[in-house]
Amino acid sequence: MSFSDTHPGFSPRRVGAMVLRHWYLLRSSWPRTFELIYWPTVQMLMWGFFQLYLVETSSAFAAAAGVLLGGILLWDVLFRGQLGFSISFLEEMWSRNMGHLMMTPLRPSEFVASLMTMSLIRVMIGFIPVTFLAIVFFGFNVWQLGFALAIFFLNLFLTSWSFGLFVSGLVLRNGLGAENLAWSMMFLLLPLCCVYYPLETLPDWLQMISLALPPTYVFEGMRALLLEQTFRGDLMVWAFALNAVLFAFAFWSFMHFYDASRRAGALLQLGE
Amino acid sequence: MTKPRSRHLAAQVRVEAKAYSITVMSKPAAISVSSLNKSYGPVTAVDHISFDIVAGSITGLLGGNGAGKTTTIAMIMGLVLPTGGAITVLGHDMLRERYRVLHRMNFESPYVEMPLRLTVRQNLTVFGRLYGLTSLRERIADIARALGLEHLLDRPTGKLSAGQKTRVSLAKALINEPDLLLLDEPTASLDPDTADWVRNHLMDYRDRNDATILLASHNMPEVERMCSRVLMMQSGKVVDDGSPADLLAKYGRATLEDVFLDVARNRQASVVDMSQDEAAQ
Repeated sequence: MSFSDTHPGFSPRRVGAMVLRHWYLLRSSWPRTFELIYWPTVQMLMWGFFQLYLVETSSAFAAAAGVLLGGILLWDVLFRGQLGFSISFLEEMWSRNMGHLMMTPLRPSEFVASLMTMSLIRVMIGFIPVTFLAIVFFGFNVWQLGFALAIFFLNLFLTSWSFGLFVSGLVLRNGLGAENLAWSMMFLLLPLCCVYYPLETLPDWLQMISLALPPTYVFEGMRALLLEQTFRGDLMVWAFALNAVLFAFAFWSFMHFYDASRRAGALLQLGE
Repeated sequence: MTKPRSRHLAAQVRVEAKAYSITVMSKPAAISVSSLNKSYGPVTAVDHISFDIVAGSITGLLGGNGAGKTTTIAMIMGLVLPTGGAITVLGHDMLRERYRVLHRMNFESPYVEMPLRLTVRQNLTVFGRLYGLTSLRERIADIARALGLEHLLDRPTGKLSAGQKTRVSLAKALINEPDLLLLDEPTASLDPDTADWVRNHLMDYRDRNDATILLASHNMPEVERMCSRVLMMQSGKVVDDGSPADLLAKYGRATLEDVFLDVARNRQASVVDMSQDEAAQ
């Protein structure tokens, strides 16, 4: 038997194998693919028309045109990024495949890298068509943000992967009984990270919490760019620094839960 | 007490024990387990067991429900962390060097499913890549031919019958031509014909590759037919160990099923007194 890759270190080939596994799954099920586009489109249309209404009725909103839609699109990246990560993980739980996978040379870090890649792919399948619809319906072109958009994306994905890692670890340790957290945990950030309003709107004590969350800096940065045409590099540095801490903690948590799952003998009988 | 078949069995046991000890001496251990234990809070699942499995052998792990067979296999695979003890697989410490040996092992159980929406070919492709195989297309074609899966390769795994799924699981378990194969009730829920076919294939595989197979099973005729050695487990302990003929003689029974019942019901082994047998001869 000929092996190309038996070294115990990180292997991109094994990451690719897992991405391929999820790609096969997406390809085999049109409802799974349709779901990726459906909700982002509905969200964008609803909030886009709401923004049109506000712009027509208020001069203040007319000056801030695009902020609401920009917020919606970037929030969707954050939320769908975490969901894409967690659902790819949950697919292994639903198919009771975890025992097989963890018996192969696949390392947890490679598994996590494949989930991150799938999160990126799943978000892009939904996001790219929706951004073009936003141009067609509302004349809002998020791609005009250029380099800043790439920085925003990177930060939002880092946060979404951190939450995805933490939730996946919880499910790994506690079984599918913890599955609902995958769908709901991110909503905790919605009021706190100032998606639709500036940081000053929050009471002082809540601002302290908000400032500990990396997405707050991204949404503040987006508003600065859209309203003042200023790219706030300082905000992005803060976001990256906080994301580094958050991701390190999330990865440590995932590994802790993985070991706890092995200690509890849960990997072979993952279910409810 | 009268021992059924005792004289004949005693002779057979002596011959097999000699052959077994020669084999043991001449081959290295594929698995070496030392004082292995696993507790879940106050419950002891595996209680300080020790054994060596000779490379190239088929060994059966027998025991009732909750005896600790699956936990033992899962610890050997590294899926469950032991509370204490040591496991060496193919010369590597499984607690510290698991990733140095996983590509030489594989596992099959009807209780651990493969992704049902993926076709057989897709599943084998993914697992083949995870094991780092080159020439994967040829390998899949070879294994599909060997296991009679050629006409099923492009069908979703979830649409197959139980027997077909078992063959697919077997294909996955053999895709990397493992030196060590761990099987948890590999023929459970299969009809006798398919089960017999699976057993033959596994024995052929062992013969061709000099692979080591550790098999947990409730199927006594299967264990009797396939295994050169049997570890009897009860309440997390290895309570007996020997070749099937050895155990039959030791318990004075005609079938392993009777031996299993003796162990499960805590009946004492009625060890054949070989010296008496020889004197009688």
